[in-house]
Amino acid sequence: MIRLIQLELQKLWLNRTSKILIFVSFILPFTVLVLSSIKINFFGFFTLELGELGIFNFPIIWHITTFCASYFKFFFAIVVVSMIGNEYSNKTLKQNLIDGLSKKEFILSKFYTIVFFSLAATLLIGLATFCIGMYYSSYTEATIVFREVEFLLAYFVKLVGFFSLCLFFGMLLKRSAFALAFLFILYIVEWLVFWGAYEIFDSADKAFQVKNFMPLESMYKLIDQPFQRVVMTKFPDKAELGYDYAVHFSEVAIVIGWTALFIFLSYRLLKKRDL
Amino acid sequence: MENILTINNLTKKFGYLTAVKDLSFTIQKGNVYGILGPNGSGKSTTLGIVLNVVNKTNGDFHWFDGNINTHEALKKVGAIIERPNFYPYMTAEQNLKLVCKIKGVSTDKINEKLEVVGLLDRKNSKFRTYSLGMKQRLAIASALLNDPEILILDEPTNGLDPQGIHQIRQIIKDIAANGTTILLASHLLDEVEKVCSHVVVLRKGEKLYSGRVDEMINSHGFFELKTEKQSELISILEDHKLFDKIKTEDDLVTAFLNEPMSASEFNQLMFDKGIVLSHLVKRKESLEEQFLQLTDNLN
Repeated sequence: MIRLIQLELQKLWLNRTSKILIFVSFILPFTVLVLSSIKINFFGFFTLELGELGIFNFPIIWHITTFCASYFKFFFAIVVVSMIGNEYSNKTLKQNLIDGLSKKEFILSKFYTIVFFSLAATLLIGLATFCIGMYYSSYTEATIVFREVEFLLAYFVKLVGFFSLCLFFGMLLKRSAFALAFLFILYIVEWLVFWGAYEIFDSADKAFQVKNFMPLESMYKLIDQPFQRVVMTKFPDKAELGYDYAVHFSEVAIVIGWTALFIFLSYRLLKKRDL
Repeated sequence: MENILTINNLTKKFGYLTAVKDLSFTIQKGNVYGILGPNGSGKSTTLGIVLNVVNKTNGDFHWFDGNINTHEALKKVGAIIERPNFYPYMTAEQNLKLVCKIKGVSTDKINEKLEVVGLLDRKNSKFRTYSLGMKQRLAIASALLNDPEILILDEPTNGLDPQGIHQIRQIIKDIAANGTTILLASHLLDEVEKVCSHVVVLRKGEKLYSGRVDEMINSHGFFELKTEKQSELISILEDHKLFDKIKTEDDLVTAFLNEPMSASEFNQLMFDKGIVLSHLVKRKESLEEQFLQLTDNLN
């Protein structure tokens, strides 16, 4: 396993473009997080301190940081897609197999790398969140601090799932640009499914339940948007604002299911293909 | 003798097209094999199948004694197919390190192998800056990293200039001289003739011949003759049971032998019959002539 990760890391690390993208996907969310946590003075007109809004309080901070950081996954998604596209366009995939890498090892080396980077991203965000939270939060009792850390788990599963989807599209289409376009097409398809389900059940709730099983939506649903929750804390008596934002086991299971399917399909595709 | 690769009734179909048809042969240790055939005869497909990049339709093959997986076996094989494929953004050395990691061998031999192909002074240049000849030589260095039991080369001189072709052939000869088994696919007959001891001839995916190069056609060679008494010579040759075919081209007579005969014996015979030859050469068919005969016989 170490050997396979080392292989892939060498391929990525020596490529300038992917090195920059990896850097951006790690550093950018970090910077945004740090910047938003400091007091910003707009040339003396007014000061903006997001900390004052209470969003850096435990446990809600876990929810907010993981939600916002997950948008930066697109940078690494480009890396994932191009690491497959490049292997095809340079024909190095063929050479790797001839040199004695099995098709299974090839897919596994990509998958392990995805897990490795997702884990690194999760740990980084976890650490940063913890530090900022300890600094700003009004509550620092361990029971409150570590409540809702499951958002970190959700973040990790979400990243692995999304990158596995990218890996599969990369294997399917062999070209990075097409694969990224397909992500967008899938997004539209999911809305078409929603529309179809709405026509059948005649209920938006039911239609959303169907859409929740689709790959992109299931990943999105892992961490619900936190803004309504922030508003909720400001107006606790408005019951109609209430929604279910927790991380559910069923949601995690769906995404893990998709991940397994994407990796398996990528392997099947490679196995069947004549290179 | 130890078998390195055994292929049994291998078939590959691409849709309606049969690229390889019921092919069987064995590669034994220590020989230099050529796979010969015109373009599209299934050479690269066959190599692709045994190298784990093309899926077979029928039949089977096994490496060595058949007790290891194909991808494990490939770690003991060095192979170059068609074009050299490396990561363009890595240097030669970095590319070779990656190959070492895949093959699971130590990186100690990188410099040694780069020296063999004469690229040591360019090892820190990026692969994309290399010329085609250098790329091909790097591919050979990469295939040699694990000191392979067998070296597989698919048209290694394709697209090279005469100098590059000469360099590659010299490298192949040196490697063969060290006792490494080599399998060389090519449509260039003189290339195979210069390097190989055994040959497998393919046409449209079917095997026409496999065996030693010098036994490819059961032939005792032919004489090329010139004399002033040409018509007499021809009548003597036609009466003689030693010759089965006689060709005349201007003043050059070519007589094909039925059974062995040396040039001096023949000269004595002619002299006894009162014919003085002004030109006498005994030759064997070149591989090209043999190959054309072999493929023609089936038409």
